[in-house]
Amino acid sequence: MAEQHEPSGFFDKPENIRKMLKVFYVICGLLVVADFIVHRHIYHDWEKIPAFYAIYGFVGCVVLVIIAKELRKVLMRGEDYYDE
Amino acid sequence: MNSIIPFIPLLLGALAAIVLRGWLRNLLMLLAPIAGALNLMGIEHGVFWSMEFMGYVLEPVRVDKLSLMFGYLFHLASFIAVVYALHIKDTVQHVAGLAYAASAVGAVFAGDLLTLFVFWELLALTSVFLIWARKTDRAYSSGFRYLIIQVLSGVLLLAGLLILAQVNNSLLFNQISLNHEGLAQVGAWLIFLAFGIKCAFPFMHNWLTDAYPEATPTGTVFLASFTTKVAVYAFARGYPGEEILIWIGVSMACFPIFFAVIENDLRRVLAYSLINQIGFMIVGIGIGTALALNGAVAHAFNDVIFKGLLMMSMGAVLHMTGKINGSELGGLYKSMPKTTILCIVGAASISAFPLFSGFVSKSMIMAAAVAEGYDVVWLLLLFAAAGVFHHAGVKIPYFAFFAHDSGIRTTEPPKNMLIAMTIAAVACVVIGTFPAQTVYALLPWEHNYNPYDMTHVLTQLQLLFFSALAFVWLNLKNMYPPELPSTNLDVDWIYRKLAPNVVKRVGGSVYGAYGRFEKSVVASIKQVIQNSYDTKSGQPKGYFAKLWPIETMVLWVAVLLSSYLMLYYVQDLL
Repeated sequence: MAEQHEPSGFFDKPENIRKMLKVFYVICGLLVVADFIVHRHIYHDWEKIPAFYAIYGFVGCVVLVIIAKELRKVLMRGEDYYDE
Repeated sequence: MNSIIPFIPLLLGALAAIVLRGWLRNLLMLLAPIAGALNLMGIEHGVFWSMEFMGYVLEPVRVDKLSLMFGYLFHLASFIAVVYALHIKDTVQHVAGLAYAASAVGAVFAGDLLTLFVFWELLALTSVFLIWARKTDRAYSSGFRYLIIQVLSGVLLLAGLLILAQVNNSLLFNQISLNHEGLAQVGAWLIFLAFGIKCAFPFMHNWLTDAYPEATPTGTVFLASFTTKVAVYAFARGYPGEEILIWIGVSMACFPIFFAVIENDLRRVLAYSLINQIGFMIVGIGIGTALALNGAVAHAFNDVIFKGLLMMSMGAVLHMTGKINGSELGGLYKSMPKTTILCIVGAASISAFPLFSGFVSKSMIMAAAVAEGYDVVWLLLLFAAAGVFHHAGVKIPYFAFFAHDSGIRTTEPPKNMLIAMTIAAVACVVIGTFPAQTVYALLPWEHNYNPYDMTHVLTQLQLLFFSALAFVWLNLKNMYPPELPSTNLDVDWIYRKLAPNVVKRVGGSVYGAYGRFEKSVVASIKQVIQNSYDTKSGQPKGYFAKLWPIETMVLWVAVLLSSYLMLYYVQDLL
């Protein structure tokens, strides 16, 4: 049961979300910039690609989600599939 | 030497839980893991107890660095799980939980395969009650499937150890490896499979994702800690450096993350991510260098704590709201802020954020993969690491505590649950921040490794932040798959749907065919009878079946006798 005068949560306000996302984008940007400043140890040839880890993380996750979505078409059944 | 057999304190705790009630029971259940851990501190390395059995040397208790590490881990895990479960009154769960922990401890200190087998089966028999204690139909049938598969693993282990005992004339549990000749190779593979089932290898993994989410909120915390970790231990001792393990481990690290993204039951998401984490450990064991093996067991150590923490936070949600599906939850941060923060600590740890425990162990395995030239493995593990952040690090906290407000208003879980989660969260941070003084100090193999260099921290942060960026981007674009009430087919479809259907079909058609055959036989017999009976005259149709008058009989007897007489004379004539 919701209380009548419930203070609205921090994440209910869109401007808070926007602020948080901005901070998040800035951190992402800084991490890429840092890639050019800090001298990374290279253990593997692919690591020479600038911001390799950032690209790999982003692309990897997008691919993961897209494949998972396609998998749903094959694998998804009703909630009571095994109970019927 | 004042130590006792390592599993005794936990076993005594379980026995105390049977007979005692109230605060005294709680006290003794809490003391059992503490006493057990203190006991381990004083124990000496080497064979603690050996005996002879049917001509074979048995070492029911053998202590070395590897078994000690898992011994400490299991005592810590059982302590946290006991605290988490203190509020419940169900004696069955308390007894089963502690007996299960005692079996796990017994298994890792077993110096011979026969003792290992005994504890291997006890693990199955004690833990299944934690599933049945949920008392739902689903839990009941799921528990049965769990038990059947676990016992099958034990049977394979028994068959394998009997073969090896015959061939090697020894039952001691040392490195087994897969390079044998003839029969011994069969035995080695049987044991490999037995370990593999308990370790949730691909295609044998479904007992885990099937049963763990059906257990009670507190039971799952016990379950997630012991069975699979005993199997990881068994591989580390029996099959270090087997290359096939690398590839098995990589597939374990990768395939579950796809299921985790689309799974709705958040505890089942964690069960999939459990397989994913074990995959990392199995890769480490397969690589088999000191760094890799250390990484594998260190990751097992950390995984028990952070996976326990995540399971506890989801258990708290289930306990308070009665719901665990992502599609029904959301916005809980308002009413459960502490649980939210604790869950995020667990999420950060499993995602291997710097300063959290996953970082210091996962990076050892990755570094070992690169160092040994397994490039593809390394890339796939990197993908799996990004994926685990995606589903366990972001999805779990996001859909439970944030996302759209589900309107559910509840309160924080009971104090003991919060305390247990806090202990685990503190452990995650302490291990992640001071690895050298904590988990690294326990590592069995000699190798110096420092996870905190600039390269590692930077690259890991890049990987994680851009994985998170992918989540944000997909969400803003409405491309992220929504949480839907659903069941996703996995390998268990084969034995829960396909096999029963095939059996039903085959059985049905065999039964039908038999029925038709029987009918046609009966019909043809009836036909024969009918054809030989004339219903009109009420007489059989056949010539010999006719009713004969008695005179005919007398006549024929006379004929018989006279011909006999004739023959008698004929004989005289000759």
